[in-house]
Order: sequence, then C-alpha cells, then structure tokens
Amino acid sequence: MTTSADPTPLAPGAPRSGTTFLGLPTAPRGVGHLRGTQSFPDAARTSLRDGQLRANLGRATTTIRGKRAAVVAEVPHWEQLRQAGKALKAATMARLDEHLEELERQVTARGGTVHWARDAAEANRIVTELVRATGSDEVVKVKSMATQEIGLNEALEAAGIEAVETDLAELIVQLGEDSPSHILVPAIHKNRSEIREIFRRTIPGVDPGLTDEPRQLAMAARTHLRERFLRARVAVSGANFAVAETGTLAVVESEGNGRMCLTLPQTLVTVMGIEKVVPRWEDLGVFLQLLPRSSTGERMNPYTSLWAGVTPGDGPQDFHLVLLDNGRTAVLADEVGREALHCIRCSACLNVCPVYERAGGHAYGSVYPGPIGAVLSPQLTGVEDNASLPYASSLCGACYDVCPVAIDIPSILVHLRAEHVEAQPRPTAEAVAFRGLSRVMSNPRLWHLAQRAAGLGRFLARGRPTLPAALPPPASAWTRTRDLPTPPGRSFVQQWTEEHRR
Amino acid sequence: MSAREEVLGRIRTALGEHRPVVDVPPVPAPRSLAPAELLDLLAERVEDYRATVLRCAPDEVPATVVRGLDLALGGGWAPADVVVAPGVPAAWRPSGSPEDDGRPAVRLAAFAATLTGVAAAVAETGTLVLDGSPLSGRRALSLLPDVLVCVVEAAQVVPDVPDALGRLDPVAPLTMVSGPSATSDIELQRVEGVHGPRTLVVVLAG
Amino acid sequence: MKVALFATCLVDTIVPQVARATATLLQRLGHEVVVPPTQACCGQMHVNTGYRREAVPIVANHVRAFTAAEAVVAPSGSCVASIHHQQAAVARRAGESALADEAEALAARTYELSQFLVDVLGVVDVGAYYPHRVTYHPTCHSLRLLRVGDRPLRLLRAVRGLDLVELPGAESCCGFGGTFAVKNADTSTAMLTDKMADVLSTHAEVCTAGDSSCLMHIGGGLSRLRSGTRTVHLAEILASTEENVSPTQTTAPAVPA
Repeated sequence: MTTSADPTPLAPGAPRSGTTFLGLPTAPRGVGHLRGTQSFPDAARTSLRDGQLRANLGRATTTIRGKRAAVVAEVPHWEQLRQAGKALKAATMARLDEHLEELERQVTARGGTVHWARDAAEANRIVTELVRATGSDEVVKVKSMATQEIGLNEALEAAGIEAVETDLAELIVQLGEDSPSHILVPAIHKNRSEIREIFRRTIPGVDPGLTDEPRQLAMAARTHLRERFLRARVAVSGANFAVAETGTLAVVESEGNGRMCLTLPQTLVTVMGIEKVVPRWEDLGVFLQLLPRSSTGERMNPYTSLWAGVTPGDGPQDFHLVLLDNGRTAVLADEVGREALHCIRCSACLNVCPVYERAGGHAYGSVYPGPIGAVLSPQLTGVEDNASLPYASSLCGACYDVCPVAIDIPSILVHLRAEHVEAQPRPTAEAVAFRGLSRVMSNPRLWHLAQRAAGLGRFLARGRPTLPAALPPPASAWTRTRDLPTPPGRSFVQQWTEEHRR
Repeated sequence: MSAREEVLGRIRTALGEHRPVVDVPPVPAPRSLAPAELLDLLAERVEDYRATVLRCAPDEVPATVVRGLDLALGGGWAPADVVVAPGVPAAWRPSGSPEDDGRPAVRLAAFAATLTGVAAAVAETGTLVLDGSPLSGRRALSLLPDVLVCVVEAAQVVPDVPDALGRLDPVAPLTMVSGPSATSDIELQRVEGVHGPRTLVVVLAG
Repeated sequence: MKVALFATCLVDTIVPQVARATATLLQRLGHEVVVPPTQACCGQMHVNTGYRREAVPIVANHVRAFTAAEAVVAPSGSCVASIHHQQAAVARRAGESALADEAEALAARTYELSQFLVDVLGVVDVGAYYPHRVTYHPTCHSLRLLRVGDRPLRLLRAVRGLDLVELPGAESCCGFGGTFAVKNADTSTAMLTDKMADVLSTHAEVCTAGDSSCLMHIGGGLSRLRSGTRTVHLAEILASTEENVSPTQTTAPAVPA
C-alpha cells in the first residue's frame, strides 16, 4: 500500500493539523452519547470493585475469544483478507466524497430518498420529522451504533414517539433502564440471572416461572416483541455497509429482528455514518468474510439483509437513508487518526482487551467502548472532551492483532496522547517533568548525575531490598499496590566504565 | 449551504490537495473443491448451525421435502399449513399447499412452514441466499412462519461468499441465511431460535 | 563479534544486574562486549506518554551513542520495539529526516537478547544451569511488536536443571504499560492481580520474562504479597552456570526480611 508523503513537519508552536487547524467541527456537546460524566480512571475505579461485573465480563470475553480464534484459524488466507480489507477502507476514505455522491445517485434511482446530516442534532431532527410524517407514534429499531451515538431514542421520546429496541441485548438494556457496554452485545455486563430478573420485572404478562436458561429468555423476548413487529409501520435501522455503485445497503444480524424491521413496516429509515460506504459490490465479498468471524466468532451470521431502494411488493415502500457526519470529517482530517474510520464494528478488540475486560464498557463513557472507542470517541468529540480515553490502554497490542481491517489502534492511541499534550495552553506539572527528563536523558553528563541521585533513594530503604510503601504522589500510585526495588548505588554503565577505564 | 454541500465540502477539506493513492492487493481465491466435496462441505457447515440437512437425488426432492416437514412439524401437519414460494416447481410442492398469493405480509405469520428454493448456497459458510425471485419468494415469506424448508440444487452451490455475490443481482432484496435464527446476547453463548424461523431444513439435491 | 550493549534506562538505573548478566552471557559465548558510556534511554516513555517532540533529543542521544556499533543488543523487548517502530517516526514527524534515517539504520542492527542469540548467533543452548522451577511471561511488546515467538522458551528449555512450567493466560498483559501503571493505577492493579494469580497457580519459584519493566511490576506485586515467588530476567537465567549459580542474582526470595 502506498500513501502520500509523510505528515508535514511542524515547527514548535505552529498550528496543529486536525480539527483546530482545518476548522472541521466535531460532534456537538449536549446531544448523543459520546461523552461520559467521569474520566476513565474514576469510572473504572467504581466498576473494578464490582465482582459480578468482572465475572460476567471475564466469562463472556473468554468464550468469544475462543470462538473467534477457532474460525479465524480456519481461513488460510486470513492475513491477506485482512490486508485487503485495510486497503479497501483506505482507498474508500481517499475518495469518500465521490463514493457518497454515487451512493446517493444509486439509492435515489431505486426509489429511496437520501438525507444528509451535519451532526447528531440534525440527524435526530430528520428522523423525527420522517416518523411524524407517517403519523405513527412508535418505531421498531434494529440495533444500530449510529443511532445510539446520536441519542435518537431520546430525541424521538421528546417528540412523543416510542422507540422499541428489538435486538435482545438492546431490549435488555432498554428494559433495565441501563446503557450499552459493548458494541456487539450491549448487555454483556449482565449474566443470565440478572437478565431473568429484568424480564420478570418489566415484561407485562411474562411467565413468572421463567428460568435463566438462555433459550427460555430468548423465547420470552420473541413473545414480547412478536406483536410489535406485526403492527409496526415504521422502522429505524443502521447499516453495516452501503455499496456506492449499486446503492445496496447491508445489515448483518443474528436474531431475525433486523429482518422483521427491514421487511414488515411500510417505512424504513436507515441512519448510516458516512464512513460505512464501500465502492463496489465485490468489496462486500471481503468484508462479509471478515466481519462475522471477528464479531460473533461464526463463519457467517444467521441473517444478512441486502436491499437497494424500494422493491415493489417486497418490504418497505418508503425508504430513507440518512448520511451522518457528526465529527467523522474531523477524524478524516487527521492523517494518523483517520484509520479509526475503517472500523467495521466487529468488537473483536473489546473482547481481547485486558483493560476492557476488567473495567467494562461503561467506564469509557461513550457508546464506543474498548480500544476502538478509546481512539474513535476522542476524535469524534475533539480530544479534550475525552482526554482520558487515549490513556486507557497499556498498549499491549492485542487489539491490533485481532482487528479484521488491521487498524493500528496502539499507534493512534499514542498519537492522540500527543495531540492532548500539545493542546494544553499552559505546561502541566507532568509536561514540566517530562521536558526536564528529556533534557537529562539527552545529555550523558546530566543523566549520570540523575542516576546517582536516584541511587540515593536507597537511603529511604534503610538497607531493605524495597522502598517504603508510603511514598509521595505520583510514586504512591505505584507503591500503593506494588513494591519498588531499592535502587543500587551505581548504575551498570558507571560500574562497567570504571572497570574498563584502562 | 445545504447539509449535503457542507458535508461533501468538509470531506474535501479533510482530504486536502494530496489524496492518498492506495493499491488494493488482490483478494485471495477461495480453496478449490471438487463438486462432491462442495456438497459435503455445505452439508457439514449447515448442520454446524444446528439446521437439518436432508440429502437426496434430484428426483427424490418431493419425498424429501415431505420428510423434512414431518421432522420439523411432527406427523400431524396438513398441506394447508405450508405456504410455498410461487416459483417453486410444482413437483416439489406437497399437494394441496397454497402458494404465496401476495396477501399482506403479516398474514404469512399464520402458516406453520414455508417452502422455497434458493438463489445460491455457499459451502464454506453454510449459507443459503434468497433473492426475492419467485423461486425464493418475498422476504417476509422466509421470515414469519416458524419452519423454513429450502431446496438447494447442486448447481447452485458455490465455494465461498465472493462467488455467491458474483451470481447475485445487487439490487434484488437479498437475504443470506446461515442456520436458524440465533442469538449470542446472553453470556455470548449461541442459542438457536429468536425472531426468525426457529427450524431450518435444507433439502440438498444432487 | 563485537556487540554493543544497550542497558536501557530502567535496567541501568534500577536493576543493573540484568545488564551485567547480558554482558556475562555474551562474553561467555565468545563475543566482545562494549558498553557505550553516553547511552541513556530510547525515548519510549516520552513517546508513549504523549511527549513525542521531547523524545526527539533522547532519540538523537541514543543514535549518537551507538552510531559506531556493529550490532546492538538490549535485554528488553519493549525498548527494542520502540527503537524499531517509534524512533524514526518521531524524528521524521519533527522534521529531522537525517536523524530519522540514522535511527532507521541503527534499528536494523539492534536486537532483543533472545532474537540476537537465536537468529544472529544461532545458539539455543547457551550452556546455562539454573536448578529452579520457572514460568515464562511473554511480555506484550516482545510478543506482539517484536514477534520474538518461542525463542525465549527454546532458550529456557535448553537450560540444564530448569523445570519450565506453562503460565496460564500467558499472553495477557500484566498491566504495566509504562505510565499506564500510574495514570490508571486501579485498572493496572486489577490486571496485575490476575497475572499474579496465574503465576502463583504454577507454583513456580521464579517468573521470568524478557523485560525488566514488566518484571518490576509483577515482582513488585508478588513482593508486596510476600508470596515467595520472585521475578528474574531471562538474561540472568541464561547467564547462570554450574560454576557460578548466582553470578549476578540472588536465588533467595525477593524479600528476605
């Protein structure tokens, strides 16, 4: 793959690339679910104490990791497929405007209507008006990250329209008045017994003898939603892919709730991030191999629906496609960070992430949790609105290895940390320390003096092999749970140099 | 400025003057399989989703369809319980089963089972593709009744997903079906049977 | 072969015995070891914490210190990964293209210890003796950035007297992650707790790895628990022989008192 020349060198103090420099708006505040109320470390501190949550997450992510590994190992050319997926996404982004215009032409030619939304507020307004025009006061919904992101359910509710989530996990979250914690399985933080309790409490007329057997719980959801599907006049969905050259939309799902929504109502409104477009029909052949294996660990998901515009006598006769920006063009402006737009929302990176596995999805404060959320959310909102997320990673690299389109998440995390550091108007205490350390570490004489000073730390230990646990901050963040070895009197380099002086 | 012009303008600003040029590497070809291996693989992969696969010779389709309905519905079903896609050959149909007559889609829910053909089948993934043609039927037909019986002919089986896409009409309403409806939403364990047909029977002829 | 040893800032300052063991091992294998006295740090901590501009002079110092070296060896997967993947990139981003080119050239002759032994020197049995029950933690950067694969395990299997036991969940991060351990101390500790449980489940006396940073983290936790299981760098194990079972490290528990 070839890309353009390296990023333009930046003189100190020069305007930075990205949103500030190019003036591209990020996702607005006050609407949608991209910002948490707490920083990641604070939110994580609470969730880390929840033993039930830790057990549920550990169990679920271990299960799915094993399934994914098995079906990926089956494909001998997986790495080639992955590189093809990466290149296809990069090529698409490089011509995103042209592909979107072509998509609009094709969808329109097949009887659909295309709307453009600059941000969450505009998308919510468009969808609300489309639903109002049908006269319906309820919509059935297929699980969609884009509509979660913009807070569509709340917007519809404010307009007096009830939005019914039909994906089992979304239903669990909605009935439990909870929020999603995973891209694929929004209720991953709940175990079967907790789900049974939610169903018993909230589903009218549910069998009081309902057990926590997953099949019984699924049946309860089937019964609960059946009548809603059959009477629904309007559905709202997202899209996994949209093919520019044919105007074909694709929704990948498992339960059949997606098919119900995409097939039975008269009106269908699909809200799609602009990055979901793929240029050609044959490109789907790559992504439909990559996505299910990475996502649910299946060779193929039970149902994939593909449609272009309106088909007389089959499915909705009124189709609207809402193309959503909401900060995506600001992400596109960052030559390093734009790779985050390649994400196909499989959630494999969440399932392998040691930080996600322990802190859980809610700690990220955004509908996009886990490693991909830690690079996507801060870019959609502007780094300063999600400044703790790029640091919510030990940079272990497991996310990169499983990403089906090879997004280099660790490198983007590091890049965003630098964007955050460089965005500070005044030097922070940390910046002063790191700048001082930089001077020391680039000057051997100063470095040796500093090492000697560190060696003096052994006086704190008073002959013990480890330093005392009660050290002042920031060292206390380390010594609260771990010992620090007592530093030696002389560094290795100093010892060696003295020994080899002659 | 319209939202359309503004979003397109932002994309152009973001990409700047020098857009990356990306070479897309060729997509690897699927493994090549002899016709018999292809059918074996399809059968194995469909069964892996806990669907029922009944293999038969082409002239045994009618009897095998009946056997599949017996398995899925129990012995007591009547031909009137089974709705048939309009393009399904007369010989395959249980005698007396009604054809989908274009009634409002939600009324298809009254039937216990559906019989359709397919547009293609993917061996590697155990996937059937329905394309809204008379043989596959409209989308609601294969969705609402709780049992779905699909007849797959040997010539329709392709090795992998890209091969299937090459055979399909991109603007037709397509449904790719891999096993019965399922969910992994509870503790990421797969459970078959949620909103779509809870039972899938594939009659594989050839 | 003349080998320049890059001790790394952490080893040099906190656990010099690891650099000493690396030198001892390479000399025992018949190679000349030089230790450039002006070396300091690779710059990884700065880059990974967001101070990529401030990392540039550190990279420049590193490149200056090792410019004459024929081959550079460091007892750290993480630092070598930074040299391979970060140094040239931060220099180039800062407009220092000459430095970037030099860093790239230096990276091409810089090796992590196990890679150097197996790939460059072609040895698996280094003649070591270490009569202990040992489990190996493949650190993330060795595993996923440098792809050292099973090289350390092959080296360990050839050590006489060593009882190698498999570590459950070996490929999970220990939770160190540089400044992550401080900025997200609670999450880091949760990851460490699970790693320690896995280490202790092996009943090994020693947990080894190719990175002193991760070992300082795991060892710091094990020491706080007074668990009796200690951490020892791979280089120290490979440097041990029958003649001198503890040339550079103690075989006593990490916290004797």
